[in-house]
Amino acid sequence: MTSAEPWQTAEIAGPKKASVITKPAVALAVIRKAQHPVLIVGHFAATIDIGEKKLVDYLLDLVRAQKIPVIATGHINRALKQRGFTGAVIMPAVVAGQRLVDPTWNGPDGKGPCDLAIIAGLPYPMTWTLLSGIKHFAPHIKTITLDNTCQPNANWSFANIPAKEWQENLEAIAINLKNGGQTDV
Amino acid sequence: MLPLTEKKIALTIKELESGLGRIRDLSISIGKVSSADWAEPDGPTPYPSLTSLRAWDRTLLSRYQPFYMPFCDLCCLCTYGKCDLTGTKKGACGITMPAQQSRTVLLSACIGAATHTSHARELVTYAIKKAGRDCPINPGGNAIGVEAPVIRLVCGEKPEILADLETVLDYCESQITSLLAVTHTGQEGDPLDFESKVLHAGMIDHVGMEVADLAQISALGYPKADPDAPLASLGMGTVDTTKPVILVIGHNVPPSVAIIDYLAHENLSDQVEVTGICCTSIDATRYSPRAKIIGPMSWQLRYIRSGIPDVIVVDEQCIRTDALKEAEAIHAPFIATSEKNCLGLPDRTNDTADAIVADLVGGKLAGVLILDPEKAGEVAVRVARTVAPARKNAHAPMDPAKIRELASECTQCKLCQRACPNDLKIPQGMKSAGLGEISLLAGLYEACVGCGRCEQACTKNIPVHSLIVAAAAERIKNEKFTIRTGRGAIQDIEIRNVGGPIVLGEIPGVVAFVGCANFANGGKEVAEMSVEFAKRRYIVCTSGCTAMSIGMYRDEEGKTPYEQFPGSFTAGGIVNVGSCVSNAHIAGATIKIASVFARRNLRGNYAEIADYVHNRVGAVGVAWGAMSQKAAAIAAGFWRLGIPVVVGPHGTKYRRMLLGRADHDADWYVHDQRTGDDVYAGPAPEHLFVAAETKEEAMVLIAKLCMRPNDTTRGRAMKLSNYIDLSQRYLGTIPDDVPRYVRTTADIPVTLKGEITRILAQSDWKERPIPDPTLLTRDKPSTPKER
Repeated sequence: MTSAEPWQTAEIAGPKKASVITKPAVALAVIRKAQHPVLIVGHFAATIDIGEKKLVDYLLDLVRAQKIPVIATGHINRALKQRGFTGAVIMPAVVAGQRLVDPTWNGPDGKGPCDLAIIAGLPYPMTWTLLSGIKHFAPHIKTITLDNTCQPNANWSFANIPAKEWQENLEAIAINLKNGGQTDV
Repeated sequence: MLPLTEKKIALTIKELESGLGRIRDLSISIGKVSSADWAEPDGPTPYPSLTSLRAWDRTLLSRYQPFYMPFCDLCCLCTYGKCDLTGTKKGACGITMPAQQSRTVLLSACIGAATHTSHARELVTYAIKKAGRDCPINPGGNAIGVEAPVIRLVCGEKPEILADLETVLDYCESQITSLLAVTHTGQEGDPLDFESKVLHAGMIDHVGMEVADLAQISALGYPKADPDAPLASLGMGTVDTTKPVILVIGHNVPPSVAIIDYLAHENLSDQVEVTGICCTSIDATRYSPRAKIIGPMSWQLRYIRSGIPDVIVVDEQCIRTDALKEAEAIHAPFIATSEKNCLGLPDRTNDTADAIVADLVGGKLAGVLILDPEKAGEVAVRVARTVAPARKNAHAPMDPAKIRELASECTQCKLCQRACPNDLKIPQGMKSAGLGEISLLAGLYEACVGCGRCEQACTKNIPVHSLIVAAAAERIKNEKFTIRTGRGAIQDIEIRNVGGPIVLGEIPGVVAFVGCANFANGGKEVAEMSVEFAKRRYIVCTSGCTAMSIGMYRDEEGKTPYEQFPGSFTAGGIVNVGSCVSNAHIAGATIKIASVFARRNLRGNYAEIADYVHNRVGAVGVAWGAMSQKAAAIAAGFWRLGIPVVVGPHGTKYRRMLLGRADHDADWYVHDQRTGDDVYAGPAPEHLFVAAETKEEAMVLIAKLCMRPNDTTRGRAMKLSNYIDLSQRYLGTIPDDVPRYVRTTADIPVTLKGEITRILAQSDWKERPIPDPTLLTRDKPSTPKER
């Protein structure tokens, strides 16, 4: 796997850097392998256009296909409700981070400690610092970001990719999950 | 009797027979704060050392534990390093990542506290020179009985004259030196002890700020606790560009005062525009409402590059370090006035004003250092009047054709966007502008914080920031607003009037919007939030650059928030206390509630008063775009008082939050002073330091963080009503933690009775007593955690 530069040029992290998601299969494998993943979704997910849809629509496809519990940050919950999704737990992103680093926390659904945090739709610097907290203090959790900007503190992140490539990746992930992993990605 | 504390000596002789005769009732004080007529008994912690309040800090920090978010994985503070501290790795000195983060926060807080304290020292020295050592400390005449609540609380002193403040500063300086020493390699190693010292630095910072503002209010005749302080002009559009224009930037007001005085002395006040950026302009308007405020610190590049200022005078803090270069680019003579900010300029302090003026006007020197405010004031005015006529036609704004020409050079590499702290979509704006359509570029103006990093990143050397500003020229012309000048302290009568309703919860909270709003659309957002909470009958306080940002928006009737809402410390007021150092009055107001309303002793009685404030005064600080070390110190001062602070998303770069665990019931027990029982009081307030992602989330958090264990049922119902309403409006739902905040059915807001009752019935909610709360366990040695 290759590395990539952080989207914000100066936000260089440290020796431990993200692996780049080079194709949808990487993200799929990470998500499928998780026993108890959680999605942390921020408010930008409702405003970012990806083709005809918003980022939040792709994320909800993922959530519904994999029955992933959701933490809604910022004011994204309104957009989730508008799309008929009412099961999110609302908390500030930093509180989600605080809970995740506690290995005894049973996750937003109360079903046990999380082993994967999927993060998307938060402001870039906030995602950066949140991922840093998890990287350093939650060795029991892997992280993946589905934004199209490189986050060096995640375990897996896209490189800084254009919208079209991002759309293709997210669509491939969503289709594959809907088909129960039968689609070739 | 010969008590000796700090640098003070107090000698009292009742009766003495000597060869010279008989002496009776002789009292001599040297360097002693004049607290002799203060009836309050000495409290337990006057002039606290680094560890005097450690137990109180640990009580807070056991509830609100740090959640660290390292901003860098390495330590590079000594030559052992760089050391990789990733995860559980330790550095060559043995330090861990949590300790390193706390250490960095302590460094920031020390820088902030040192900056305010140094500023205070400058102001006290200046004020004594101007008004004399015996000048009474007078923040509000008869309206103020507790003149220095922070100093009384921390130092156990009751300062009466300016000279008394010197002793207080001696203490602050000694503490900051020791705190800075703590960060040396091989000193402190425990994260929570670092955090305790962060709180100490914050408390010292508040003392320093109070000293600074008391000195300038007393010596310079600022508004004295005046809710009806006059309105001043705000915005670039308010400047009469036909007149010579002086720009002052920074925080230390003496050069601005000297400019205003010189103009008055020469009968030129209506012939020269005195304009300012950052807190020095706030204080200039407190001295003379004729002065004009251009805007927050993020207005520096845009205003200088407009070419409007004919002379630029800088003092200290928050000044762009390239201000001299920017001044040179518009051929505006430049005057630095602070030892802390010499900028490589020749020191002309001892030269005559005539000689300095000649060199600046003749272009022999681009700038000078003048460490004498009066001389700097005279030189600034004379130079401005001389150079202005020739400069007025020399700086025409960039026309649309030029904008198009420059923008068309953009290669769409996106390096500008990647350099922008707010990730603004500059390439899209440049692309449109290159085709002749500037609206997208102009639309970036409001969100831009004026840092100029876009220009540093541009490989084609396009003056990106200048293009954004040029595209927004029409908007800038209409930057014509008003701001209520800083009133300073809160009157005792105001505290008496609202103390009961605040403590009982019937005024739902005191929300203080402070610091800078340096975040994309941050100015607009703090204005919206302040108006929202004022309409909801909270008491809204503000200061500094945020106070300016609040003034930069109008309602449908064309009124700024300062014209819509009263300036009094009352429900529905928007209270501008003044500049950065005036923040001490906001902390002071919460302390005065304990003193003036609840009759608690302040004298060196920090832990008891902080416990009172934490459990009873529903105050929340908001630093929406906080970026500086001073903001870190100010926030830390509020934390030690138990007052929560909300920051915007960039606030996560402060490296750690102080967050409660609402799901850990054991954390939220308080000692009921009436019954002696430990009582579950709910997570009120839930956090001490928390970043919000959006203004919508922030408003819901603010309403929640105003709840306190002491709220009456009526007060809690009102607070819950606001919390639930804001949550429904912005998050689309009733919060799922409502049962934690309902203690009895009387707490339930009437309008939500049915719905909340159903929610309670579906949970394991049980009615519980409302305590007379304290976290202090003087009669019970166990800590809250152990309970």
